[in-house]
Amino acid sequence: MTAPALATKNLQKRFGSLVVARDVELSLPHGARYALIGPNGAGKTTLINLITGMLAPDDGQIFLAGDEITALKPEARVKRGLIRTFQINTLFPRLSALEAVTLAVCERRGYAGTWWNKLPAYGDAIDEAHGILRALRLAASATRPTHELAYGQQRLLEIALALAGRPKVLLLDEPAAGVPREESAELFTVIADLSREIAVLFVEHDMNVVFRFANRIIVMVGGRILVEGAPQEIAADPRVREVYLGGARHG
Amino acid sequence: MRWRPLEIVFWLATLLPFALTPNYLVLASQIAITALFALSLDLILGYAGIVSLGHAAYFGFGSYTAGLIAKWGWGEPLTGLVVAAAAAGVLGYLTSFIIARFRHLALIMITLGIGLLLAEAANSASWLTGGADGLQGVRMWKLFGVCEFDLWGTTAYSYSLAVLFLLFLVARRLINSPFGLALRGIRENALRMPAIGAPSPAHIRKIYTIAAVLAGAAGALLAQTTETVSLETLSFGRSADVLVILILGGAGRLYGGLLGAIIYMVARDQFSGINPQYWYFWIGTLLIAVVIFLPNGILGGLARLAPALTIPGKRKSEASAP
Repeated sequence: MTAPALATKNLQKRFGSLVVARDVELSLPHGARYALIGPNGAGKTTLINLITGMLAPDDGQIFLAGDEITALKPEARVKRGLIRTFQINTLFPRLSALEAVTLAVCERRGYAGTWWNKLPAYGDAIDEAHGILRALRLAASATRPTHELAYGQQRLLEIALALAGRPKVLLLDEPAAGVPREESAELFTVIADLSREIAVLFVEHDMNVVFRFANRIIVMVGGRILVEGAPQEIAADPRVREVYLGGARHG
Repeated sequence: MRWRPLEIVFWLATLLPFALTPNYLVLASQIAITALFALSLDLILGYAGIVSLGHAAYFGFGSYTAGLIAKWGWGEPLTGLVVAAAAAGVLGYLTSFIIARFRHLALIMITLGIGLLLAEAANSASWLTGGADGLQGVRMWKLFGVCEFDLWGTTAYSYSLAVLFLLFLVARRLINSPFGLALRGIRENALRMPAIGAPSPAHIRKIYTIAAVLAGAAGALLAQTTETVSLETLSFGRSADVLVILILGGAGRLYGGLLGAIIYMVARDQFSGINPQYWYFWIGTLLIAVVIFLPNGILGGLARLAPALTIPGKRKSEASAP
């Protein structure tokens, strides 16, 4: 039995008297498609910030493929394949999509510290970036500045930037936030088509999407994990129904 | 990156003062030195988004280092220039560890603090620097053992222009490199950088050190071509002037600082001849007008009029190459 792709033990975080993470223990197997759900303020984004090192936990440990990474800086975790996207677009407005993804590829390949060679000398990085954009159907807009891209394309670019780092574990914070319902299914098709080598944990509010694309669901409330289980179990769980006030209907 | 015709025209035009305005070669050398200083600031401000109000610290440090080397008996210009630039680079590297930890207003305060600190240190160490009287007794040897630093500024301008051009080539190569792309990433979104695995603090330390080397070289050129060093090289005024020059010309465009230096220095030379006390009145007016009407500087405004003027590394750039 190999170690899970990602695991946390007893993760704690409080802001003053507000507890935002309490005894969070999760275990993400290789190739998993997990959904993280919960009402607003449940601590979902905080948990992603803790796991990726953008927030330091007060207590607890984080393991990536069995190795403890609790003390590593965010960029060091990315180098090891733990990569996230952001709920609110966190992009490079005046870089083109291709430049942005090329930058991420260069960082992964260790080119980005080189200042004495021209960028076109790194055709392999540019080709790889192009490939990622093509796979996400962004190739036609690759040379346009990011701020000129349509909102849905910017959401895809969020994912493209993450993929450029060759993730082993991908944490998607509401990848379809702000995207119209009919387009969000398309976006999740992209996510579902990702390599099975990548373990994916995504935050999402639309229960139709959650039940369709997740093979397991974690429900967070008030900074703690309320329940974790297969979609059918979650759908039938009275506590979850209570939290969502009967809002957790699905087809 | 391929050279655009306008770039070639620009650099050829820098030779015109020899033929057209031989009486202004001293001014021309000062412009070249200021342009190099502005280019240095452009690397950190225009490309990496690091705002500095104390960049004169490295200019002045290079200036005093070059001046002292000559005063102490080694008047050879080129080695003096290299040592002074390296010394400024060491200072840049040491301070970069503080710089890399801060952004925005805190960064402005810290760079301002470093600048003031160094200026006051030079003032109080008058046994070394000459204090308010300036550093006296700087005697330069002939350049390559041939060209004397004369009153007409022929050697001064040739020397300054050559150094400016060489270091410009370095800067141009740098901004078109993977590292240059990473710098623009920091400028565009510092928050995203760690999430794509980028060690932003290391990038910032590197560019800050390189910029300090360029600033130190500019300072050394001033010391060597004028054969004196004053406290003004370290002053807040010089830090503020170079910022104004870069914003006027257009930050993040490589040529912005060069164009800004030409406009600023020529205008100052002309205006102050007419009405010295009102010089900053006109510069203030110009600065406000440029920021309001040409938010990307004069070069940015020109680039909007003629797409041919866009400088490599700015827009649809390197990544679109096959």
